[in-house]
Amino acid sequence: MNPMLTALARMLIFPGLLFAVPAAWFFLWVERKAVARMQERVGPPFMQPFWDFMKLLGKSTPPRPGIAGFIMRAWPLIAVASAAGAVGLLPVLPASGGFEGDLILLLALLELPSICIIAAGFSSRSIFGEIGSAREAALSVSYNIVFLLAIVSIAASQHTFRLEALASMHPSFLTVLGIIAILICLPAKLHINPFSLPNAEQEIYAGPMTEYAGPELAMWELAHGLEWVAATGLVATLLTPHNIVPHIALAWAATLLAGCIFVVLSVAVVLLLSVLAAATARLAIDSSVRFYWQCTLIFAVLAISSALFVRFWS
Amino acid sequence: MKLWKRLMCTARRKSPWLFHMNSGSCNGCDIEIIAALSPRYDAEQLGVLLQGSPRHADILVVTGPVTNKAVHAVKTVYDQVCGPKAVVAIGSCPATTNVFIDSRTLAGPLDKHVPVDVFVPGCPPRPDAIIAGVVKAATLLADRGNDSPKPAIVIAETVVEVQP
Repeated sequence: MNPMLTALARMLIFPGLLFAVPAAWFFLWVERKAVARMQERVGPPFMQPFWDFMKLLGKSTPPRPGIAGFIMRAWPLIAVASAAGAVGLLPVLPASGGFEGDLILLLALLELPSICIIAAGFSSRSIFGEIGSAREAALSVSYNIVFLLAIVSIAASQHTFRLEALASMHPSFLTVLGIIAILICLPAKLHINPFSLPNAEQEIYAGPMTEYAGPELAMWELAHGLEWVAATGLVATLLTPHNIVPHIALAWAATLLAGCIFVVLSVAVVLLLSVLAAATARLAIDSSVRFYWQCTLIFAVLAISSALFVRFWS
Repeated sequence: MKLWKRLMCTARRKSPWLFHMNSGSCNGCDIEIIAALSPRYDAEQLGVLLQGSPRHADILVVTGPVTNKAVHAVKTVYDQVCGPKAVVAIGSCPATTNVFIDSRTLAGPLDKHVPVDVFVPGCPPRPDAIIAGVVKAATLLADRGNDSPKPAIVIAETVVEVQP
C-alpha cells in the first residue's frame, strides 16, 4: 500500500482521530467510574464525558481581546493536536509503517500538552493559574528525567529508536524494569492522584485551567483524554506480545487481534492508574519532587547504565 | 441544526457542573451540599460535578443570607459564570434571610441581586432536596438555552424519606 495513504489512515482512522476521540471519552469514563466504585458510589453514566464535552461546546466564553487572548485560545488547540498526533504514531497494527526515530517524535508530542498547560496558566494571568503552572513545571522537570531515561534504556537495549521494532521486541528483565519506571511516571504525566498538583481541584481553584471556559475547556478535556490514550497506549504497545501475531495466517484476523490486544491492555493500564488515584491522596509539591528525584531516579539511572553496559558488552 | 439543538439540550440536562458560593451561611447548608455529593447520595450519577472555578460552572449554588460583605462577591462570581447559567438558592436564608430578617448587616435576600431560578427551602434542606433542585435547574437550563433568564421561580419539593 502507498506509505502516504497508510500514514494518513493511521493519523485519521486507527489509532488516530476516529478511534482516539471516542477512546479518550471512554478512558475518562473508566477513570471516573473506577474512582466512584472505589468510593462505593455508582458513578457517572457511560456517556458522561461526551455530554460534558458537548455542553462545554455550547457555552459562551468571556471576551479575550488582543494578541494575548488569541494566544490563550491557541494553547488548548495545540495540546489537542499534539496529543492526537502522538496517538497516531503508536505502532498498534503489525506492519503499520513508521520511520527511524519516530520514538523521539512521539516523546516530543507527548511532552507538548504539558508545555501548553504551563504556558496557558501563565498567559491566563490568574494567580491560581500561575501557581498551577509553576507546580506543573517543577513536576515536569522531575518526572521527565525518569520517564526519558526509562524509554531510552528500553531503546538502547534494542539498538533502535524505531517504535515498531520496540513494539515487537522480546521482553527481557531490562525492558520490564523500564515499563515499570514509565508506569510510575504516568500519574504525574496525567495529573492524577497522588500527583494531581498542577490542577489541584478546589485547592488552587482549577490551576492553569481556572480562567478557561466553554469550548476552550472542552478542548482541554479532550486533550487530557487523548493524553490518556497516548500514554496508556505507549505502555500497551510496549507490552503487546507482537511475536504471536505473525503466526496467524489471515491478515485481517492478525490486524483485528492486534487492535483488540491494544485496547484491552490500555484499559487495564487505565484501571490500574485509576485505582491508584482513588486509593491515594494528593502529595505536596516538595514530596512529589523528592519522590522522583530521590526514589525513582536511582532505578532509572541503573536501568540506563545496565542497558548501555549490555549494549557495549555484546 | 435542529439535531444540534436537541443534542445541546440533552447535554445541558445531563451535565450540570456546580460552583458552590457561600454568602455568609452558617455552614449547615454547605455540609448538606457536600453530603449530596458524597457516596450516600452520589450526585455524580446525574452528571453533577463540583467545580473549583466559576468559569467552569453551569449552576451557581448559593447558600447564606447575603451579608453586606458578600454582596459584591456574589455579583462578581455570578458575572464570572459563563452563560447559559442558572442559580439555585439553597436553604431558607437566601430565599427570605430566615431568622436574620431585618438585620442591619444583611443585604439579602439573594433575588434582590441576581436572578434566582430555583429555591430549595429548608434549614438546612435535605441532600435529596438539593439534588432535586439542581436537577430542576439543569432542566430549566436545557429548555432555556441561550435566552436570558426569566423571572420564573420554581420551588423544589422537599423529598421526605420515610425511615422504616
